[in-house]
Amino acid sequence: MPSPSVLILRAPGTNCEAETAFAFEQAGAATSLEHVDRLLDNPAAVEQHQILCIPGGFSYGDDLAAGRVFANRLRTLSDTLHRFRESGGLALGICNGFQVLLKSGLLDTEDDSGPSATLAWNTSGRYTDRWVTLEAVGDKCPFLAGVGSLELPIAHAEGRFLPRDDAALSTLVDEGRAVLRYAPLAEGAPADNPNGSAADIAGLCDRTGRVLGLMPHPERCIAPTQHPQWTRRELGEAGAGLAVFKNAVAYFA
Amino acid sequence: MLWEIDIRPVAPLADAEAQRVARDAAELGLAASLEVQSAKCYLLDADELDAEQLKRLAESLFVDTVAETYAAAPASDPGLAAPPAPGDGQTLVHVLPKPGVMDPVARSAEIAARDLGIPVDAVCTMRKYWVAGLDDDALARLGEQVLANDAIERLIVGPLGIDRIELGGDYQFELQTVPLRDLTDDELNALSRTAQLYLQPAEMQTIRERYRDLGRDPTDIELETIAQTWSEHCSHKTLAGRIAYRGPDGEQRFENMLRETIFAATEQLRERWGDDDWCVSVFRDNAGIVRFHPDAHLAFKVETHNHPSALEPYGGANTGVGGVIRDILGTGQGAKPICNTDVFCFAPPETEADSLPPGVLHPRLVMRGVVEGVRDYGNRMGIPTVNGAVCFDDRYLGNPLVYCGCVGLIPTDKAEKEPQPGDLIVAIGGRTGRDGIHGATFSSAELTSESESLSGGAVQIGNAIEEKKVADALLAARDRGLFTAVTDCGAGGFSSAVGEMGEEIGAEVHLEKAPVKYAGLSYTEIWISEAQERMVLSVPEGHWQELHDLCAAEGVEATVIGAFTPTGKLTMKYDGQQVGELPMGFLHDGRPPVVREAVYTPAKTRDLSPPKRDDYTPDLLAILAAHNVASKESIIRQYDHEVQGGSVVKPLVGVRMDGPSDAAVIRPVLDSPQGVAIACGINPRYGDLDTYHMAASAIDEAVRNCVAVGADPARIALLDNFCWGDCEKNETLGSLVRAAIACRDLSLAWETPFISGKDSLNNEFSFEDAAGRRQTIAIPPTLLISAMGQIPDIRRCVTMDLKRPGNALYLVGLTMNELGGSHLALVHNLSGGQVPKVDPEPAKQTFHALHAAITAGSVASCHDLSEGGLAVAAAEMAFAGGLGAELDLAAAPVDDDSLSAPARLFSESNTRFLCEVAPDHEAAFTEALTLASVDHARIGEATETGTLTIRNADRTCVTAPIGLLKEAWQRTLRN
Repeated sequence: MPSPSVLILRAPGTNCEAETAFAFEQAGAATSLEHVDRLLDNPAAVEQHQILCIPGGFSYGDDLAAGRVFANRLRTLSDTLHRFRESGGLALGICNGFQVLLKSGLLDTEDDSGPSATLAWNTSGRYTDRWVTLEAVGDKCPFLAGVGSLELPIAHAEGRFLPRDDAALSTLVDEGRAVLRYAPLAEGAPADNPNGSAADIAGLCDRTGRVLGLMPHPERCIAPTQHPQWTRRELGEAGAGLAVFKNAVAYFA
Repeated sequence: MLWEIDIRPVAPLADAEAQRVARDAAELGLAASLEVQSAKCYLLDADELDAEQLKRLAESLFVDTVAETYAAAPASDPGLAAPPAPGDGQTLVHVLPKPGVMDPVARSAEIAARDLGIPVDAVCTMRKYWVAGLDDDALARLGEQVLANDAIERLIVGPLGIDRIELGGDYQFELQTVPLRDLTDDELNALSRTAQLYLQPAEMQTIRERYRDLGRDPTDIELETIAQTWSEHCSHKTLAGRIAYRGPDGEQRFENMLRETIFAATEQLRERWGDDDWCVSVFRDNAGIVRFHPDAHLAFKVETHNHPSALEPYGGANTGVGGVIRDILGTGQGAKPICNTDVFCFAPPETEADSLPPGVLHPRLVMRGVVEGVRDYGNRMGIPTVNGAVCFDDRYLGNPLVYCGCVGLIPTDKAEKEPQPGDLIVAIGGRTGRDGIHGATFSSAELTSESESLSGGAVQIGNAIEEKKVADALLAARDRGLFTAVTDCGAGGFSSAVGEMGEEIGAEVHLEKAPVKYAGLSYTEIWISEAQERMVLSVPEGHWQELHDLCAAEGVEATVIGAFTPTGKLTMKYDGQQVGELPMGFLHDGRPPVVREAVYTPAKTRDLSPPKRDDYTPDLLAILAAHNVASKESIIRQYDHEVQGGSVVKPLVGVRMDGPSDAAVIRPVLDSPQGVAIACGINPRYGDLDTYHMAASAIDEAVRNCVAVGADPARIALLDNFCWGDCEKNETLGSLVRAAIACRDLSLAWETPFISGKDSLNNEFSFEDAAGRRQTIAIPPTLLISAMGQIPDIRRCVTMDLKRPGNALYLVGLTMNELGGSHLALVHNLSGGQVPKVDPEPAKQTFHALHAAITAGSVASCHDLSEGGLAVAAAEMAFAGGLGAELDLAAAPVDDDSLSAPARLFSESNTRFLCEVAPDHEAAFTEALTLASVDHARIGEATETGTLTIRNADRTCVTAPIGLLKEAWQRTLRN
């Protein structure tokens, strides 16, 4: 089976590209790392890849708003990127990449009244790095096939999923697009929601399911030793996050 | 024309900035519950902007319409001044950067606006506040202390009243000379102060003689260059100078104190090791380099940024991190930063606001600003901040300490650098502005209540994303071999960077070529500006175009500003005209030698009587709640400690992921099992008794923290950072020399080489008290030891949380009656006592034997004993693991069987560990320690009870549920 090729797109301030590439490689993909300016020079380059990934970081310093400047640049490639998706490509945005995808319109969160959702400041008002338990919901998104429950770290200040209104939230949930939720630590407890996200949403996909944005960092849980409790729990051979990347590779098998 | 966009959160989202202001105002006693509203604003300078364009700018760039609402209009529109929620007596306050202060968000906005095809000349960020119910005095204090930082921002109360964004004025070239040949000694000293040169009298006289000989006066740029190069900050003239020392260890005369103590120890070790020498580059580059991986070495550097952080905590700490990262980028031919460390010393956050001397920021605000400054730089650069410490003492009130460290990974063939004659001098990265003028000289002076107004310009503002771009470009250029040497622009700016790189060759610079942020900078300002995010490369002419193109592709500006011309001189030109010329020899070796006297007398040992009682649970709770011991989770969680994907042992571990790790472990090469352990040791309280033992204890703490997680004690490199008071005082200098001697002794005994270090002297704050008397607060002598250990296989690492009920608990190391400077003494306000000492040979045996046991897999968890001794270590292990523990103090290895219960519980004797060992490993564990003659004993076991119980033979002296212990430990610094 030929390895699918992943285009990892970076911008000034992107900073999770190396470990994200490593995760895709561990899952069996080939990766190429490109500056967004090169793609703007030659948009057709995206067609040589099956998977597009926007890793975490602080693109353009998150000046103005998280992911805003990067997203505006991607908007100029809107036609190309929509064609990429329609032709069966997968796209993954992690943390800042989720913020970029959401603000670029690629997650289908815009209607006649403008954007229907955003990622706002955490209710704590602070950047937070900690681990959360997540639950994959439904079967719409190939990245999360068979994942079920998993533990991953979050590390962000602006990850609070905030819909414009209840109707906008209902639409997203009803369409089965709220595919990753913060879960309770114990049965019956409220979800361990680290940032005040509406409906405990940690990840959202587009209408096709093939574009996924999520706040947690699956690339930070590829090896068991990345888990904070690896010295006290049996965690198996691989970290839980690897499944996300393996699913993307398996999708093209 | 000036336009304004005001942005506010949509209801019901909170106005977080207003909440911050109200909280700070309450903490400072200005108003119990302040009525305040805020808006985030952008000012746009643009000639033609129609309503449609303004709307597009607002909604595509500035406003998140789901979470925010906005108003956009000409800045003069009175509607913009109206409070969002109407009310009586609201005063409008605008806060905006002073002209010339770095405003990175505004620069991004300008570019993004042009991307949208909308013509905007300039952007400026601003904040607006509507404040009610304060009188003029209180409003002024709120403005100065909460709303704005006077060092970088200005306040406009009432209408905005400006119609354009000011940047800088024009500059008319005029060569400045400084007539000093005819000055008297007193006049020279006055000049040194007023021109912010901060040179010693003998140094000023040497300069005067030189220019008398030359028959002319120096130009301003020549004098500034000398002052920068000779500053304490750049040359470390005190500690690298001649010192006549008299102390309890006898009299010694040093030609170069550091070279003859700490460096000499490393040199001896390297000779001893011969072919097995694992040091690569020590004490000469920006960071020390040691061997690690077949393809890559490790570099480590720790810097301080104390004075800027005292004036502007956020910017000072922010640029402290940025600076040490550039040190790593500028080591060898460029190392890749892989993790950061941070250590802070503050006055207690409970300090009464009305007890603050003039010019001092409240420690709570200092702490918050420093943490946020470190957070925002490290997180944005994508460098995990993995280890640190926070110490509190009243004497840090006017002079907080901020230590920032960075570890780098460098290809083995890139560890050396050498500029070649004829190479171009290339500046890359940020533009030069008027920020950070006189940082190097200012940091070598004493802080005073007037420092803020005198040296506002010394504060720099960071832009982490610029530095990230520079790092990306620099490391790519390194891999292509496009330059022969690199160094960072730190203190002293171009003057230091070019002066150092060209020391052996000579250099000619053309200052008008340096890109500037705005017009109006003089040639001297360009030369000494400490504007951030700049690096200097020496580039062979043939590689220039390729380097230029590579930088351009990363959005990094690269400019040729001169060449390393083989003249042996530093020649400075502006628009073709020579403005200064200095022989490299005079610059680097012309400083007059000064012999300083240093004396040290340790404090007299006095008895310390710990409280006698049956139940020491309240004492344990008090120590757990003490600031130095208490959980730092509220700080740690704000740092990204996992980016780069190499996290192995996190700062917080255990069943709830909130127990305090001894050290952090990362795996910098993702497909290799090798790990790096990072830890630190610091305990200024011991220095009040004897700085020798303070230093030894700090080294012991740093090393045992590394060993506790699994690092090999034969591969631990150390860094020293001395922060001291005014070393022109003989006793102060003496206390430092004594600490340096301890560093030498332990380094040699343990074969733990020092590879880099940095000192910051003159950490004193003076002011006039209410009665008009001059008061000075000197910090306690504060030595930070940072340790970098190596781990062959990270799967052998252990953490400190208890793992399983029924496992045995072994105390390793000898407990003695060493309560001097302890936390038991602190919480009871007791003085005296024996300071903890280190016995080097048994300690070395202990480290190696314990490491062997850990490597053999015999240890389930391991925690070092430090502040609060055995009781605190046991409590932390228990609550981190969610388990109870039962211990018997009578079983502990002691040097004297009559040792009291409180000493057994709380003594801070060095080189001790509490280890959890599973029953089937006990035989192997005890055998390994016994063979090496290491004191150890089984003192108890982990239990299912959820209670920590400590007996002394038949008497219970501590018993508490772990939830209670943990709450005491977590509550103090929770927010």
